[in-house]
Amino acid sequence: MRKLPESVTAWLLAAPMAIVLALFLVAPIVMIVAVSFWGATEWSIYPAFQFDNYAFLLTSEVTWRVFFNTIKYAFITWVFTLGIGFTVAYFLAFHVRSQTWQIALFLLCTIPFWTSNIIRMISWIPFLGRNGLANAALISAGVIDAPLEWLLFSDFSVILAFVHLYTLFMVVPIFNTMMRIDKSLIEAAVDAGAKGRQVLRYVIIPLTKPGIMIGTIFVVALVMGDFITVRFMSGSQSANVGRMIQNDIALLAYPSAAATAVVLLATVLMIIGALLRFVDIRKEL
Amino acid sequence: MKQPKDLEFVALTKRYGNTVAVDEIGYHFEAGTYACLLGPSGCGKSSTLRMIAGHESVSDGAILLGGRDISYLPPAKRGTAMMFQNYALFPHMSVLENVAFSLKMKAVDAAERRARAGEMLELVDLTTLQDRLPDQLSGGQQQRVALARALITKPQVLLLDEPLSALDPFLRIRMRAELKRLQRELGITFIHVTHGQDEALALADEIVVMNHAKIEQAGKTRDVFDAPRTAFVAKFLGSYNVLALPEGKLAVRSDAMALGPAENAKLQGRIINIEYQGTHVALTAVVPGDQEVTAILSDKDFFGAPKNVGEAIGLNWDGRAAHALSA
Repeated sequence: MRKLPESVTAWLLAAPMAIVLALFLVAPIVMIVAVSFWGATEWSIYPAFQFDNYAFLLTSEVTWRVFFNTIKYAFITWVFTLGIGFTVAYFLAFHVRSQTWQIALFLLCTIPFWTSNIIRMISWIPFLGRNGLANAALISAGVIDAPLEWLLFSDFSVILAFVHLYTLFMVVPIFNTMMRIDKSLIEAAVDAGAKGRQVLRYVIIPLTKPGIMIGTIFVVALVMGDFITVRFMSGSQSANVGRMIQNDIALLAYPSAAATAVVLLATVLMIIGALLRFVDIRKEL
Repeated sequence: MKQPKDLEFVALTKRYGNTVAVDEIGYHFEAGTYACLLGPSGCGKSSTLRMIAGHESVSDGAILLGGRDISYLPPAKRGTAMMFQNYALFPHMSVLENVAFSLKMKAVDAAERRARAGEMLELVDLTTLQDRLPDQLSGGQQQRVALARALITKPQVLLLDEPLSALDPFLRIRMRAELKRLQRELGITFIHVTHGQDEALALADEIVVMNHAKIEQAGKTRDVFDAPRTAFVAKFLGSYNVLALPEGKLAVRSDAMALGPAENAKLQGRIINIEYQGTHVALTAVVPGDQEVTAILSDKDFFGAPKNVGEAIGLNWDGRAAHALSA
């Protein structure tokens, strides 16, 4: 059999993946960008190249509020998932000595993933509701006299659900990075007189940064793009960008939805780009 | 450096569950000794070192440094410093930061940290590389950084865990000389764990041979080498033939073996291998009892009366070169 020239083989080998990416990643994005410039009336949408959608979007005070709200959710969720995720990963990696237990406890963390996102979210509702378990318990314990209203359908419940849903995305990469830290580095630090907190600050945290960064990208991307959690947990009382896009789509206002999606994509890419400037994650990949 | 102090083990014991890793060992190292803990893997030498460092708890007994019980002190308060087997350099810090790490932990101000770390780097001859990261250094350079990092804490005892095992043979011999030089200059005690008898013999003033969690034999290096007490020590130090003879077990140095005619010799054997090694020739023979005996002959002696594989020979030795073994 005649051998193909090397350059042809290389292209052929790269082709399947390239086609998949082109069809399912590049093409949809191009389509969305294209549609975002289309025009729309109350009853129709028409191909065009105009900046009306963007002009309307960027000058509307609602957009700014909603974007601010989305970033607020992302930031608060990030703070909590990072705090909890780092602590859990630290415990698993450095306090649990036996590998069997490490694996067992790690699997335990993934058990919630055996049920669907929505079920996990909805199961908070009877717990947090006005006459829910949390309020009932607090009242019977005498901590409060009247049920707390802010437990459900509030920013509190939205962020609670986000943290619940996404903490594992922080735990996994951080745990993974921590497991690769040579334990003798910690002994070396202790040998040099570092106290527990100093070991954490000067050795463990710097060496865990790539894992923290990967977890951060997961959480930020997930929270920024979410619409269903915000809808359920806020009882449709708060909005984020995902909800805005969903509303536009429900009204068949595709050009406007596309423009919002493009702005959201740009925002997320900018945030991730900024994060990557701080930490080199290539070593982890 | 502070006045060096004696290091002493008192019935030092380490247990992991039901296994005893170190079994009531006792020894006294005089200040300023270069000592090697020598033994096969799993003999307890590393556990012993880690107990001195404070990275492993002491199950029983005590470790005294200058008469003070340090068994329960945190590692940094013991007056010891450890150099780890893989050096354990902080990969995210430059050479200078690595060396200055312990000063930073003590909140010494930045200028003084730089100055003192600079002195240490001068001691190990690495001044020009101070801004590199550990990844950008060769094995030998990494080791010198690790040494500087350990020495900057001004320890009375430096603990070295198989410090040369990660280096290639050439570098190993060079670093060996450097370790010895440093120890001489600093005058502090070095406790060096190794499983290589050549390393131990080359470096140590005293050696402690360990086996099965116990000290098999310990003392001045030459005393131990010249008079092994057990078959284990004789075999582990190499250069010895351990012979089971009717009168008991004997250790005879390979280079004390003389060849002669089979008649009237102390042992009769048949040559099974001859190896030319440049300055000398190693000749292996089988003797009764299916034992192998090695004789090291100078090239002059051997080629003066060459032998062939399969030839029957007699082996003799001076009675003073033989040591009766207790076990």
